[in-house]
Amino acid sequence: MKPINGFYGEFGGAFIPEMLYPNVRELEKEYQYIIDSEDFQKEFRSLLRDYVGRPTPLYFSKNLSEKYQTNIYLKREDLNHTGAHKINNTIGQILLAKRVGKKRIIAETGAGQHGVATATACALVGMECSVFMGAVDIDRQAPNVQRMKLLGAKVIPATSGSQTLKDATNEAIREWINNPLDTHYIIGSVVGPHPYPDMVAQFQSIISEEIKNQLFDQTGKEAPDHVIACVGGGSNAIGAFYHFIDNDITQLIAVEAAGHGVQTGKTAATIALGKKGIIHGSQTFLMQTEDGQIVEPHSISAGLDYPGIGPIHAYLSESKKAKIVSISDQEAIEAGIFLSRTEGIIPALESAHALAYLEKENFGKEEIVVVNLSGRGDKDMVTYEKYI
Amino acid sequence: MDRLKKMFENTERKVLSIYFTAGYPQLNDTETIILELEKNGVDLIEIGIPFSDPLADGPIIQQSSYKAIENGMTLKLLFEQLKDIRQKTQIPLVLMGYLNSVIQFGEDEFCRKCVETGIDGVILPDLPLEYYEMKYQRLFKNHGLNLIMLISPQTSIERIQKIDAVSSGFLYLVSSNSITGGTENLGKQREYFKRISDMQLNNPTLAGFGIHDKESFEIATENTNGAIIGSAFIKSLEDQENLEKAVAKFLSPFKIDQCV
Ligand SMILES: Cc1ncc(COP(=O)(O)O)c(C=O)c1O
Repeated sequence: MKPINGFYGEFGGAFIPEMLYPNVRELEKEYQYIIDSEDFQKEFRSLLRDYVGRPTPLYFSKNLSEKYQTNIYLKREDLNHTGAHKINNTIGQILLAKRVGKKRIIAETGAGQHGVATATACALVGMECSVFMGAVDIDRQAPNVQRMKLLGAKVIPATSGSQTLKDATNEAIREWINNPLDTHYIIGSVVGPHPYPDMVAQFQSIISEEIKNQLFDQTGKEAPDHVIACVGGGSNAIGAFYHFIDNDITQLIAVEAAGHGVQTGKTAATIALGKKGIIHGSQTFLMQTEDGQIVEPHSISAGLDYPGIGPIHAYLSESKKAKIVSISDQEAIEAGIFLSRTEGIIPALESAHALAYLEKENFGKEEIVVVNLSGRGDKDMVTYEKYI
Repeated sequence: MDRLKKMFENTERKVLSIYFTAGYPQLNDTETIILELEKNGVDLIEIGIPFSDPLADGPIIQQSSYKAIENGMTLKLLFEQLKDIRQKTQIPLVLMGYLNSVIQFGEDEFCRKCVETGIDGVILPDLPLEYYEMKYQRLFKNHGLNLIMLISPQTSIERIQKIDAVSSGFLYLVSSNSITGGTENLGKQREYFKRISDMQLNNPTLAGFGIHDKESFEIATENTNGAIIGSAFIKSLEDQENLEKAVAKFLSPFKIDQCV
């Protein structure tokens, strides 16, 4: 799934102010060459193995399979170091940043998972790290703020706008404009200007690379019949889809957060609402008013609380290569509690959205369904607690 | 004749341009601000279309934008407010905003409305050269609307030449690599302004971002045709009781030699 001139169909591009052009252009010129180099691959792969703990298991869930009368496998991204898939990307980007000679890292974070993964990568290579986080999220996600600080990162409150993820992203981009020469911006999902979506997708594609090999080893099959993943910006989903796009066998299912319901105004189901425009330098679907003002989303899971969607997913949706569905707050909570009690795995609330979709479709008895368990639920205990 | 062109040809001193956010401080201040700016010697006015996520803007313009949106400002309403503006003033007017607002309004309809209203040019900081050429250049040309592009201290010579060839109206020289509203000493940027001036570009140049008083205006205009003040002007409107007086007061230091 490669963009053409930075676009996936009509989606993507790099709609950035001239002040950012040299930075983005530099990345665009260098990223593929660096990623493809033997030296990079060697370091990246060995860190993924020895530091992150990859490959993560592809676990056949007997209990879920019995309940839903099909064959359900969980891709255990929750078992990664720092507890989610986010670290696949931050390790990749930090190695890249080092190779283009950057001295300092900035990042945005919503729930704090990407912030923690970035702070971790920076600690590992000894780079200075500043993480922008909405002031509202700093209050909501205190444990992750503490983790980032312990890891040596500076957490900078974004006090503009609605003081959540989109504003943290705005602040990170502004900081980048102000420090174009020594700073690399590690974006946390397949969003932002080209080449970010493609770069992040490549780093996350390790997920489906492993699924493919593990599934073959365990079942002799080349590809699953269905892959289900939640989408905030879309990085864990594209990682889980990557090697199964365009293969005729696999149905790709991307689960958006419906919040209280797609039509309630309290939702994060960006594609379902379906209005095209530009957010954070990328042409895609976003939640906005008729006048083009970006709307604050709602989801019970902070990691899905983003008013845009990666341009790759906008394209997969528009070209019908993926099925886009949505799951409400309540359904996600129930699925999260259910998995905890039937399998002994507490999923992140984001991942619980993917699990909840199992209720919605009848899969064949012989079919293979892979659910990407993007992260663990420790960070969500305060929310879970209200429901148990 | 093109009002922008005429203004640059007829203004012998340095051009003073003021940016303000439409719908701030009050929803219906747009016309008053324009007329007062003109009365107080301003040569060119940039009207900001408020956007919820202004990536290139610092805290002051962000705040004024949120306030304006809260006040109920929309692009549609802005055109409505400006409907009869050309019966009242011939000062060049430029709209500045983000591409998403234009896309939602409809690009063609936006250009049509600009022309109908008497808008002379448009600045869209998040519309880069390549996409303008690819998608919008023909549209703007067909409507005879000037598209004014930004240049930053990091922009390469070849790229400046391309931008100069594609833009019309004037070139917006971003004073330093930063978002709007900085107050850093512009002295360091003399070399940059001089370098651009020595290139003998087709378009006149206006410096902007971080120009906040008479002194910075003078430094910024040593080697440009003029300069743009945004954040500092908006800040001066924050706690005023009387808009006319506030505008006059802000511009009084500039007036003395603008009138000579
Ligand atoms: C565990 C987990 N899953 C999913 C997401 C959503 O991001 P993306 O759609 O990029 O995978 C997040 C974001 O914070 C997360 O922490």
